[in-house]
Amino acid sequence: MGAQLRVYRRRMRSVKATKKITKAMELISASRIVKAQQRVAASTPYANELTRAVSAVATYSSTNHPLTTPPENPKRAAILIISADRGMAGAYSNNAVKEGEQLASLLRERGLDVSSYLVGRKAVNYYKFRNRPVAGAWTGFSDSPTYEKAKEVADALITAFLADAQTHAHGIDEIHIVYTEFKSMLTQNALAKRMLPLEVVESTMPIPTGLLPMYEFEPNAATVLDALLPRYIEARIFNAMLQSAASEHAARRRAMKSATDNADDLIKSLTRLANAARQAEITQEISEIVGGADALASASAGSE
Amino acid sequence: MTLNVELVSPVERLWSGEAVMVSARTVEGDLGILTGHAPIFGVLVDGKVSIKVTGGENVEFNVRGGFLSVSNDRVSILTESAN
Repeated sequence: MGAQLRVYRRRMRSVKATKKITKAMELISASRIVKAQQRVAASTPYANELTRAVSAVATYSSTNHPLTTPPENPKRAAILIISADRGMAGAYSNNAVKEGEQLASLLRERGLDVSSYLVGRKAVNYYKFRNRPVAGAWTGFSDSPTYEKAKEVADALITAFLADAQTHAHGIDEIHIVYTEFKSMLTQNALAKRMLPLEVVESTMPIPTGLLPMYEFEPNAATVLDALLPRYIEARIFNAMLQSAASEHAARRRAMKSATDNADDLIKSLTRLANAARQAEITQEISEIVGGADALASASAGSE
Repeated sequence: MTLNVELVSPVERLWSGEAVMVSARTVEGDLGILTGHAPIFGVLVDGKVSIKVTGGENVEFNVRGGFLSVSNDRVSILTESAN
């Protein structure tokens, strides 16, 4: 076998092996998207009920709760960035991190210090590589987040939030979250939202209300709010994590699909090249044989 | 007239259906809900939530903290975990 043909064959083998891997990853991600979407849907009733309740308490009570009233001159804000643990998902993690960067520069323009809380190895590595300080980092569950993990993250943020930012080095006045919204299989958007102090609430489904009922609070509005808000933050973070997980799988599926397609194209063109090389080899061999036979024939003809 | 009851946790809807009466323990004490109850929002303590289903059956859950909200004969019980 000629050298050129051998090289083409070797490249084809390696591309084929890569294609098998990307194809497998594509299929795995495709099946996980569905599961992740179901988890988002399953967590929605709880999140909606909480949202409804928080809106009701915040609307109808005149309670001045630290979690709902913005401080007069905020000093430090926290950004929670939710990214992936693994790569191979196109620009998924990058988009989230970039959205976070934009938000951070906006906050700095307002004169706030920014402390970063990161979820997912990609964001952590991005910060580590640039030697940036990180206030909190959690990794290892980006593709299937559990409520316990969301709670862990929320606890850290709420603790920092309740500490007074003016006097306390770790205290924060605002909490922002950057996650990737799962719109559809094809569209996922990285977006930044303010979680605390409370902003107009968002939810994936329209909240089934006409008017919010005039609740009686037991024991009283302030206590209810105290108990409600941490749960609310947990639920928001959990929902953001679930949506990000679904987006991660969708992004990975798309990236792996195009990798597989590219491998197909490569294999096709390599096959063409290899065939041409083989044909050239055969042609050369034939012409060598014919030439050799001719030379032999004319040599023996000359000796007669 | 029946109550529309939902028991939800962060990860899933645990139970939903129609009921005659719901009782739960809030921080202030035991609370029973029948139809036509005024809108109320209560903080639950660890304990039993029992739902008397239309037809006489009783469903019980042990909840770990949570909230109970009632409005227009809709009862939602939010809890972190229940069994």
